[in-house]
Amino acid sequence: MSRRLAAVLVLLGFLAGLAIATFSEYRIFLPALLRGAVVTVKVGVLSIALFYAMAFIAGIGRLNKNRIIRYTATVYIEVFRGTSLLVILFWLFFVLPEFGVILSPLAAAVLGMGLNYGAYGAEVVRGAILAVPRGQYEASLALNMTPRKQMLRVVLPQAVLVTIPGLSNLTIELIKATALVSAVTLVDITFASVQQNQIHLRTIDIFVITLLLYYCLAQFVRFGGGMLEARASRHLAKAR
Amino acid sequence: MSDRDPKVRFEKVTKTYGTLQVLDSLDFHADNGEVVTVIGPSGSGKTTVLRVLMTLEDIQSGVIYIDGEPLNKMSRGGRLVPASKAHVRRIRAKIGMVFQNFNLFPHMTALQNCIEAPVHGKGVAKGQATTEALELLDMVGLADKRDHYPSQLSGGQQQRVAIARTLAMRPEILLFDEPTSALDPEMVGEVLNVIRDLARSGRYTILLVTHQMGFAREVSDRVCFFDGGRILEEGAPRDLLGDPRNERTRQFLSKVLEAR
Amino acid sequence: MDWRWDFTFDVVLPQLWAAAGITVYATVVSFLLALVGGLVLMTLKVSKNPVVSFVAGEFIEFIRSTPLLVQIFFLFFVLPEFGITLPPLTTGILAIALYNSSLCAEVYRAGLLAIPRGQYEAAVALNMSPRHAFRRVIMPQSLPPIVPALGNYLIAIFKETPLLSFVAVGEIMHASKLIGSEYYRFTEAITIAGIFFLVMSLVSAQLVRAVEQYVNRSILH
Ligand SMILES: Nc1ncnc2c1ncn2[C@@H]1O[C@H](COP(=O)(O)OP(=O)(O)O)[C@@H](O)[C@H]1O
Ligand SMILES: [Mg+2]
Repeated sequence: MSRRLAAVLVLLGFLAGLAIATFSEYRIFLPALLRGAVVTVKVGVLSIALFYAMAFIAGIGRLNKNRIIRYTATVYIEVFRGTSLLVILFWLFFVLPEFGVILSPLAAAVLGMGLNYGAYGAEVVRGAILAVPRGQYEASLALNMTPRKQMLRVVLPQAVLVTIPGLSNLTIELIKATALVSAVTLVDITFASVQQNQIHLRTIDIFVITLLLYYCLAQFVRFGGGMLEARASRHLAKAR
Repeated sequence: MSDRDPKVRFEKVTKTYGTLQVLDSLDFHADNGEVVTVIGPSGSGKTTVLRVLMTLEDIQSGVIYIDGEPLNKMSRGGRLVPASKAHVRRIRAKIGMVFQNFNLFPHMTALQNCIEAPVHGKGVAKGQATTEALELLDMVGLADKRDHYPSQLSGGQQQRVAIARTLAMRPEILLFDEPTSALDPEMVGEVLNVIRDLARSGRYTILLVTHQMGFAREVSDRVCFFDGGRILEEGAPRDLLGDPRNERTRQFLSKVLEAR
Repeated sequence: MDWRWDFTFDVVLPQLWAAAGITVYATVVSFLLALVGGLVLMTLKVSKNPVVSFVAGEFIEFIRSTPLLVQIFFLFFVLPEFGITLPPLTTGILAIALYNSSLCAEVYRAGLLAIPRGQYEAAVALNMSPRHAFRRVIMPQSLPPIVPALGNYLIAIFKETPLLSFVAVGEIMHASKLIGSEYYRFTEAITIAGIFFLVMSLVSAQLVRAVEQYVNRSILH
C-alpha cells in the first residue's frame, strides 16, 4: 500500500514539477530536454521489447537438448555480457556498415541495448526455468505431453513469475543505459542536457532535472515490477 | 555482596514486545549452586527469562541482581541509573548460556571455538587457554574432535562443544535453553550426561529450560512452572512433578507425559 | 570488408595499448574507492539515528536509479561551479566510485543480514566486545557472499570505464574514437577494443569464480 502511495506521489510530484517548470524561466531549455526524453522513452520501449524477447529465446535455448542451439545461445550470452555496451553501440553503428549492413541510429541503439540486456536476461530466465520443481516435469511427463507442450504450458508459465524481480531490475538498468545512445548520434535526454548546458550554462538546474527524470522512470518500473510480483506470488500461493 | 544475597534475583521484571507482555512483574531467585528447572507451555516466557538474564533483551522495568549487584542498572550516588556498557560486561562475565541451536562459530574448529573468547576477549595466554579448552573438550568426551569444524560434527557433539565453549569463560551461572530440543533422540543422552555432571558438581548455579521431565526431576533442586510470564507454582521436583497443586500445572504435566 | 593489418599493427595496437593503461588504472582506483565508500554508506544506512539512516538509504537509492553517465556529466560540469576544478580522469573516477559505492553498500548489508542472529547472540553470551565480535565472528562469515559479488562489480566497473570517453579521458574507447576520426577508419580500433573487453571480462569472470571457491573452502567447511 505504501509503495502504491509513494508511486502516486512521485508521479504527482513529477507532473507538478513539469507544470511549474513550464511556466517558469526553465522554459528556455525544458522543451529541448523533453524532446530528448521522448527519444529516451522511444529507445527504451523498443529495446525493452527486444530485451525480453532475447532473454527468453536465449534463456530457453541455452537449456535446449540440441547441442548447436545450446552453443549458439551460450556464445551469444557470453559475448554480449562480456563486452561493454558502449563498444557494442559503436561497433554496430560504425563498423557494421563495413560488412554492408547500414543501420539507422535508432535501429543501432535498439539492437545494441536489446541484445546486450537480452544476454543478461537470458541468465535470469535460465535460472527461473531451472528453479521449476522436478515434480512439475514428472507430472507433465505422466500426462504424456510433448517436450514442446511441457515447456510452453507447464514450465514457462511458472518460470515467468520467478523472472519478474530479476527482469525488472534489468529493465531499470536498461533505462539507465539509454543514456549512452548519443554514441550513435541520437539526441536523448542526456545528450540534450549536455547541449542545453553548453548553450544556457544552467548546469545544476539542467542536470538535476535530468537526474530526477531518470529517477522517476526507475521508480515507475520498480513500482510496476513490485505490483506484478505481488500479484504473481498471490497467484502462486493459491496454487500451491 | 553478602552471603545472604541469592546468586540471581529478579525484582518485578517486566518485558514487553510491543503490546505483548511476556514477563509480568516477575520475581524470581536462584541461590548459589542451586539447580533450577523452568518448565511451562510454549510461549510462556521461559526463553525470555534466560535471554533477559544474558542481556540479549532489554527489560522495560524492574531490576536483575547478580550476587546482590544490579545487572541492568548501576548505583551512582545512592541511586540506580541505567548500567554502562562496561558495567554490563563486568557483571555478564559471570553468566554463560547454551543455546537450543548451539550457535557454534562455523568458521572455527571445536578448539578454536573454545579459546576464541578467552584469548581475544579476556586476554588469557593462548597456551594456557588451549590447555584448559582441551581439558574441557575431554570432559565432554570430544578431545579427539578438537580440529573438527562444526559442520563435521553431529548435533549432540556440537552441543557438547558449545557447553565446553561456555565453560571456558569460567562462568558461575549457566543458562540452558532447551539444550536437547534440536537433537535427534539418540543424541539427547550424551548431552544430558554432561549437564548432569555439571549440576552434580555444585560449582554452578544452573537455570535449565527443558521438556525432559525425568531429567528435571533427577537433577534439579527446584522446579518452576511458568505460565503467562509468571511463576504459577514452584517447589521441590518430587512435589511439583509428582503432586502439583495448581490445576494449570496438572494439565500441563499430563499433556507432556501423555505425549511421550 | 577490408581489414588492414599494417594499420592495425602500426597505428591501432600501439595507441590502444597506451590507452589500456588508463582503463586499468581507472578501474582499479574506482574499485578501491568504491569498496571504502560502500562501507561508509552502509554504516550510515544501518545507523541507529533514523534521520541519518533515512537520508543514506534514499541517497543510495537515488544513485542506483540514475545513469552513471549523467552522474559523470553532473560532476564534470557542476564541480567547477563550486570552484573545484579537477582533471577529467579524477572527476570520472570519483563518479564511478560514488556510483559503485551505493552498489557495494547493498552488497555489504546483504552479507551482514545473511548471518544468523544466533551468531551475534553467542558473541554476547561469551561476553565479547562488539568490536571483537565483528572482527573475528561476523566479518569472516560475511565474506563468502560478499567477495564474489564485489568481484562482479570489479568487472562491471571495468566495463563502465568507456563512459569516461564522453568527458575526453584517454582510455581505450576514447583512443578508438580518436583513431576513427583521424583516419576515417573505425573497423580495426573498435573491433579490437571490443575483443579486449570480451577477453578481459571472460578471464576475470573465471578469476572471480576461483576466488569464490577459495573463500568458500577456507572459511566455510
Ligand atoms: N523477538 C520477539 N518479538 C515479538 N515477540 C516475541 C519475541 N520473542 C518472543 N516473543 C513472544 O514472547 C512470548 C514468550 O516467548 P518465549 O520466552 O520464547 O517463550 P517460551 O520459551 O516459553 O516458549 C511468546 O508469545 C513469543 O511469541
Ligand atoms: Mg523457548
